[in-house]
Parts: sequence; C-alpha cells; structure tokens
Amino acid sequence: MSRYLYFIPITLFLIIVGFLLVGLGRDPHEVPSPLINKAAPTFRLPQLKEPGKTFSAEDMRGKVWILNVWASWCVSCRDEHPLLIDYARSGAIPIYGLNWKDKREDALAWLGELGDPYVLSVSDLDGRIAIDYGVYGAPETYLIDQTGTIRFKQIGAVTPEVWSNKILPLAQELNRQGTK
Amino acid sequence: MTRTVLLLLLLLLSAPFSLAKDAQPAGDDPALEKRLNNLSKELRCLVCQNETLADSQADLAEDLRREIREQMRAGKSDKEIIDFLTQRYGQFILYRPQVTPTTYLLWFGPFVLLLLGLLILFSYIKQRRDTIPDKPLTDAERQRAQELLSDADKEIA
Repeated sequence: MSRYLYFIPITLFLIIVGFLLVGLGRDPHEVPSPLINKAAPTFRLPQLKEPGKTFSAEDMRGKVWILNVWASWCVSCRDEHPLLIDYARSGAIPIYGLNWKDKREDALAWLGELGDPYVLSVSDLDGRIAIDYGVYGAPETYLIDQTGTIRFKQIGAVTPEVWSNKILPLAQELNRQGTK
Repeated sequence: MTRTVLLLLLLLLSAPFSLAKDAQPAGDDPALEKRLNNLSKELRCLVCQNETLADSQADLAEDLRREIREQMRAGKSDKEIIDFLTQRYGQFILYRPQVTPTTYLLWFGPFVLLLLGLLILFSYIKQRRDTIPDKPLTDAERQRAQELLSDADKEIA
C-alpha cells in the first residue's frame, strides 16, 4: 500500500499539467455566453440605410436568422466580411447586422466599399443593445431560432470551419424541426 | 537645433491635452459616483481582462459604467445590477465569482489539495515513526561513544 502513496504526487502533478495544457490552447477572450438557449433580448432600432424605419428582433419570429455585430472601426470585421458576403449570397440563412458604436456615414461608406452582406443593419450608436446581448468585442455572431432563442454565439470572426461545422448544420436542423 | 527645441516645446505643450483626455465625465452626484466606483472595482472589464471596470479606459467599460450609473439612478440595488450584468456577460465579469456548483472547484479546490497534502504528510511521518525501531544503545556502545567524544574534545583543545 505504502509504495503506491509515492504515485499520488506525480498523479496530481500530471492532472494539473493536463489542466494547464488545455488552458494554454484556449483563447481567454472566448468567454462562454450565458445567453445560449435564452431568449434573444428584444430591441427596436432605426435601420442603418433608412433611419426612418425601425427593425425589431420580434419581426423575425418564425425564422432562423443571424445577427452579426459589426462596426467600421473593427479590424476583424473586415477579415470576416468576404465570408459573410459569400454566405449571404448562398441564401442559407438571412444575416442581419447590428452596427455597433459606429458613425452612420462611416458604416455606410464601409458597406459601399466592401459590399453589403446584410438583409439590413440597425444602428446601435451608443451600444445599449450590445450590452443586452453581452457583446464585448466585434465581430460577434448570434444564431437565433424561430422562437427568438439564441442557439449559438461566435465571438470573433466567423471562420469557414465554424460556419460549415456549427452554424450551418444547426440552422438546417432548426429549419427542419420548424417545418415539421 | 532650433527645430529640435521647437519640437520638444510642442511635445511639452501637448502634454496637458493628452492628460485632459483621460478625465472622466464625472456625474453630478458624488455619492452615486462613489457607489459606482466601489461596484465597478468588483467587475472585470471584458476587453482588457485583467483590469477592473473602474480602471479601464475601454469604450465598452465606459458604456457599462454609464449603464450602471443609470440603473443606480433608477434605484436599483447593487445586487440587481450585478445580476443584470451576469445574465449578459456571465460569472466572468465578477472578480469574485459567486459560490455555485460550477465554481465549487475554484473556491474549495485549493483547500482540498492542502488537506490532502497534510494527510499524506502526517501518514508518512507516522509510518516512518513506526518503521524506525526504538533501539537503545548497549553499555559497550555508550562507552565507545563517550571515548570518541572526549577524544574530539582533546583535539580541539
């Protein structure tokens, strides 16, 4: 028995090393969102292109859609942008934009220069709605289902892997369930 | 030369401006600002994760401080505000996470390890004490030891 006691420290050490090793590979900026499987916060905000009109999360009831938080000052949004254009063109999931803490003219210029993947964008100029959504860095992307529940959140730019392995299959599954 | 002096002068003159930028739009109510400051020391800025919300100059931190200030004005308690923030940003925003089943390991893990270490240490000491036989010296051994010690004394003297 006593000789096995010697293995306890080394075992504990290896367990700790295991935890640290996993920790090393993780991005500390990916904070798990408590909003997954919770109702998407409601909002009614003026549209970016036609400020006279508003758009609300409620308008999307019954649809699976994507809310993408972006800003013209956000560097990663620029990286993500061509992918969004592609995905929007594919027509798989409607993408709506939340223009976060931006200037209207800058945002419009950005869309003019790079193209507009969004069905429409809304302006959250002072970032209040973004706080409701727990946004702390753009871009962030939410997949919202027919009942207005957040099903997935991507912090940082959407990558082709995330799109084809997570967002797209989940959206297809949700749509299948919805049509039943 | 004059150019360098001019440049330095310009730099010196610009110092007050760069300092002025850091000034916060102070609220009108000092008591509320104090409460805000105390509360935001408990909260993590999610952009620069090792800074408190009170210290951070990030845009988001300013937005969150504004949000907290407004909620305080609306008469919300500190606990309600913390609940509001954790519902959106999770426990991570708290510098001292709440004691919930998911954080038990975090809170009690170190003490469990300490206890485990003490247990191992004591059982080891006890075991050693048991295995080392308590064997008194024989008279011959005692005498020999005495001789050796007195020899050593002589050598030193």
